[in-house]
Amino acid sequence: MATHTGGLTHARLADEGPAVRIEGLVRSFGDREILAGLELDIAAGEFVALLGRSGSGKSTLLRALAGLDHEVAGSGHLSAPADVSVVFQDARLLPWKRVLDNVVLGLTGPGARDRGRAALDEVGLAGREDAWPADLSGGEQQRVSLARSLVREPRLLLADEPFGALDALTRIRMHALLRRLCEAHRPAVLLVTHDVDEAIALADRVVVLDEGRIAADVRVDLPAPRGQGTQRYAALRAGLLRQLGVDQDGGAPVRADDVVTPVGG
Amino acid sequence: MSAEATTLTKAATARPEPAAPRATRRRRLGPGRAIPYGRAIGPLLLLAVWSAGSAAGFIDARNLSAPWTVVSTAGDLIAEGRLQSNLATSAERALLGLLFGTAAGVLLAIAAGLSRIGEGVIDGPVQIKRAIPSLALIPLLILWFGIGESMKVITIALGVFVPVYIHTHNGLRTIDGRYAELAETVGLSRTGFVRHVVLPGALPGFLLGMRFAVTAAWLSLVVVEQVNATSGIGYMMELARTYGQTDIIIVGLVVYGLLGLVSDALVRLVERKTLSWRRTLAG
Repeated sequence: MATHTGGLTHARLADEGPAVRIEGLVRSFGDREILAGLELDIAAGEFVALLGRSGSGKSTLLRALAGLDHEVAGSGHLSAPADVSVVFQDARLLPWKRVLDNVVLGLTGPGARDRGRAALDEVGLAGREDAWPADLSGGEQQRVSLARSLVREPRLLLADEPFGALDALTRIRMHALLRRLCEAHRPAVLLVTHDVDEAIALADRVVVLDEGRIAADVRVDLPAPRGQGTQRYAALRAGLLRQLGVDQDGGAPVRADDVVTPVGG
Repeated sequence: MSAEATTLTKAATARPEPAAPRATRRRRLGPGRAIPYGRAIGPLLLLAVWSAGSAAGFIDARNLSAPWTVVSTAGDLIAEGRLQSNLATSAERALLGLLFGTAAGVLLAIAAGLSRIGEGVIDGPVQIKRAIPSLALIPLLILWFGIGESMKVITIALGVFVPVYIHTHNGLRTIDGRYAELAETVGLSRTGFVRHVVLPGALPGFLLGMRFAVTAAWLSLVVVEQVNATSGIGYMMELARTYGQTDIIIVGLVVYGLLGLVSDALVRLVERKTLSWRRTLAG
């Protein structure tokens, strides 16, 4: 339990029910209201992608969920599980710790190192336990940071543009890896991104944030594999881009049966 | 092979100029590969100039004894046991001062680096102390602690703690704030944060401070031993001055120099071993 400034309650949820429940969340820096009464639920095991232009409040929301917004004025109700794990845009490995020590950072108890090894194996980095982070490529570093999150078996995984700094080929491989890992471990996921294709490729549900509110909430029910060539894919993509203020000629609106709860507008 | 390719080959052989422009080699901007024992070049050169000057008679033995005289004098001093006993006394003073000074510097730096109150209370006085040379405090320290060993150790410790504090504190303060965020998200405790993030993060700064501190320790040692001492390398040199024994003075200087070099090399060695995670120009 942690009480924030401005009468915000930050409760820890029980094991049942949604993984995340956000009601009337307000966050402001100075006079600027970044989050303006935001409402959002994330079901257990659900993969939600959060899209938004820069400055739309994506990161503010993620930091609020991670409990990292010290000294930020705000109000509203926010419940998130205690076992939250964050994947940052930079892999954020401690340069003075070897790969395995980075993965098990903060873990205690017997078997922590074995679990760390298993997690590294899962992300395809078995055998690199004793490498220094500086000797890994950007993609490898981000995989270590994924292993560091997974080894904690989080109920909620927060990812802040985790693949933003990677090259296109590595990003595609990381997408497949993240899907596989999430299917194996079933955490609820909130993935912040500004890449519409990434959102559609990965998420069960895409939420568009605009001026501190949810502007669109779309369930992605494309059949796997989510080929970029299909008409439904193109329609979904164009609709989401329009919500983000990018109007493409000939783009169809988001189809009614794709939309779960259009809020605001 | 097609006809076109053949013509191309012919055309290339016909011309005497280089067929393909060579890729431009960029000038290397880093210092390049390390020379083995490269650090010994400068000191050896100095020694060579000194030897040549003495042998050729350019250097008056009353001003600067020849290297071989210094060596034989050192041999005599060792045979008499004077050098060892004085060196032991000096080393003990320097080590004690270094120990207390380093401990104080590190503890104060951590206190000032991790809490705003600590910074407010500690940082100001240390900066003031920094502006006053430790050696200028000797008269006051003699009045307070007498002319015994404690005064000498305290003077050395005062000279040592400032660079250790300054560089460790700076190292602490420049640790990336994002690592603190990471520590929060993986649920590290305060002590875990200090152990896994703060101390290793401040280590490069601390070791840099140690290199200054080691030099400061020997410097303070020289002064306190020449002010009021009845033993130690500095006392041995001061006594030699009275009798005009240049060679003994040089032996003392060489010993001070060697001590400085060896201790700096030790700190560098520790630096290389503990900071192997860094990828810098030093390699």
